[in-house]
Amino acid sequence: MNNHQDSAANGRTDFPSSPGRRWPGGPDEGERTRGSAPPFGGVFGRSLPLLMKREYWEHRGGFLWAPVWITGVILIFTVLGILSAEAFHASSNVHMGFSLDDLRNNISQADWSEAGNALDMAQLMFGGVTAVGVFFVLFFYLLGALYDDRRDRSVLFWKSLPVSDTATVASKALSAMVVAPVLAFVIATAAYVLFLVIVTLWAGAHGLNALPAIFASHPLGMLWRLVLTLPVSALWALPAIGWLLFWSAYVRSKPFLWAVLIPLGVLMLNWWLGKLGAPHVPDDLHLAGIMGRLLFSIMPGSWLKAEGSTVLGSHISQSLNPDHVVSTFDPSKVYGLLAEPNLWIGAVAGLALLAGAIYYRQRRIETAS
Amino acid sequence: MSDAAANPIVRARDLTKTYGTTHALDHVSFDIEAGRIVGLIGPNGAGKTTALKAILGLVDFEGDLRVLGFDPRTQRAELMEQVCFIADVAVLPRWIKVSEAVEFVAGVHPRFSREKCEAFLSHTKIAPGMRVRELSKGMIVQLHLALVMAIDAKLLVLDEPTLGLDILYRKSFYESLLSDYFDENKTIIVTTHQVEEVEHILTDLVFIRDGKIALAATMDEVGERYAEVMVNPDKADAARAMKPLNERQIFGKSIFLFDGIERARLAALGELHKPSVADLFVATMKGTYA
Repeated sequence: MNNHQDSAANGRTDFPSSPGRRWPGGPDEGERTRGSAPPFGGVFGRSLPLLMKREYWEHRGGFLWAPVWITGVILIFTVLGILSAEAFHASSNVHMGFSLDDLRNNISQADWSEAGNALDMAQLMFGGVTAVGVFFVLFFYLLGALYDDRRDRSVLFWKSLPVSDTATVASKALSAMVVAPVLAFVIATAAYVLFLVIVTLWAGAHGLNALPAIFASHPLGMLWRLVLTLPVSALWALPAIGWLLFWSAYVRSKPFLWAVLIPLGVLMLNWWLGKLGAPHVPDDLHLAGIMGRLLFSIMPGSWLKAEGSTVLGSHISQSLNPDHVVSTFDPSKVYGLLAEPNLWIGAVAGLALLAGAIYYRQRRIETAS
Repeated sequence: MSDAAANPIVRARDLTKTYGTTHALDHVSFDIEAGRIVGLIGPNGAGKTTALKAILGLVDFEGDLRVLGFDPRTQRAELMEQVCFIADVAVLPRWIKVSEAVEFVAGVHPRFSREKCEAFLSHTKIAPGMRVRELSKGMIVQLHLALVMAIDAKLLVLDEPTLGLDILYRKSFYESLLSDYFDENKTIIVTTHQVEEVEHILTDLVFIRDGKIALAATMDEVGERYAEVMVNPDKADAARAMKPLNERQIFGKSIFLFDGIERARLAALGELHKPSVADLFVATMKGTYA
């Protein structure tokens, strides 16, 4: 490996160079390759798609590889489970609960539809597990999005380019609203298809046709309905996106502490005021729901509450029906959320917080460290 | 001003910036004309970086500041189409690939020429697939310079651009800048502590001390105003009577620095020299840290 001192020996005064020509645009082969202007105008300038591409470059690990790894691990455990069941079955001759032969002979229409519902549940599970992954990825992505480049001073490079702070913040919010959830959803769907292939092959190896179960499930219906939840989830996530980006732009150090301790502090203060009999919000759970939304609503589908639970969605009619998964995501029910003020109050609060993030992005460069 | 030719690139009036109780900039006024290379020189904490940040729209301030007719506080994005900036080498994001950096700047900057940038990079050891964190300090500044020199900007601001580089990179940095970049339509503002390395390229000199401008002159004016005289001991008292800015001893002789004294009178005392910027700086800043 040569290093740059070599050129001292040559007495060169221009930049040290190497004979390798790895750059296409040498002095003679110039062809105008300037980036063509994307069809975006207005306050965001023409650079918004490229800004979002930059977010993807920087966070490929979280946006792309995290969901790949999560779903990959589920698939590996599925295969391992099948293999160990086979090994156990072969070595012991003991029937575990049911026999595949019984299944083959005595399966009824109701059983098929139950199996179909189980597959719907599995499809939802792939989406749900990656959604939890998306939560963790986005939480730390957003907290660092307007802070990390100030800490390592690369903000001085970004700010030396003709890109408005509004466009910068917008690109980060849109990455969290669209890019990360859509990528995770595509990967989860691909993983579910692989899962179906594995299950079909396994059943086939035992002479069992899994296709009726797949036909009894609703893969395309589920797919379409889950796609329709993405815009609702993006709107629902706005308060958390705004909240996390605001602290990321505002703090001089430790964005995590500010973003997490303030909602916790509000809850504790309210509880304490209640104990003192001073004026406070009487409904602790309602307040916890609001505070929780500032932190957790970036998880796709977090507006969905478990059956019987009241903690998060105080006004939300959506709940998961385990007996008929596909009906849970009926578009009319999902888009019923759009009629609830809860969603829109949160969206407006989120936009206000984003405006705050833009304000501080224009003014804060230094960090404490 | 209505005459476009007379419009300075940077026009500052009563520029003031206060951090707590310290005045980083204390009612500073100056103009920077097109086609100049201005050295902004001052001790640590004198306000150099604050002045640059104000020009680049990176810090709020009081007073009036116009850069290419824009208000940097509210029109940073527009301004940055005409202004380039290199701070010290650490500011390129470490995660980015060289090819991504080129693609990004090409996409967001309307005045960027990808061929120029790639031609420049082809004379270095930097390959498109490398990440910034794999590059040496010297290579990072080469990359940054390649990006900036490919932009047809009116104003280039350099804040300690060669800090921490070895002398080969430092020399070639300024040589590339002069031979491949600078022309009469461009203006460069540079701050550095390595005064000796830039003094031969500067056209203008600004000394800044405690938030105030201690000296602002063209290099020609500096040459006319200031003179160093090497004086034998027998004439030292006569020289002191003429109120020199500074006196230092070398090989039993005294070297006096004078401001605005006729050449003929000085020549009578001893051998005349043109003072170096560094000597002038030391004399002007006497007592800064005392």
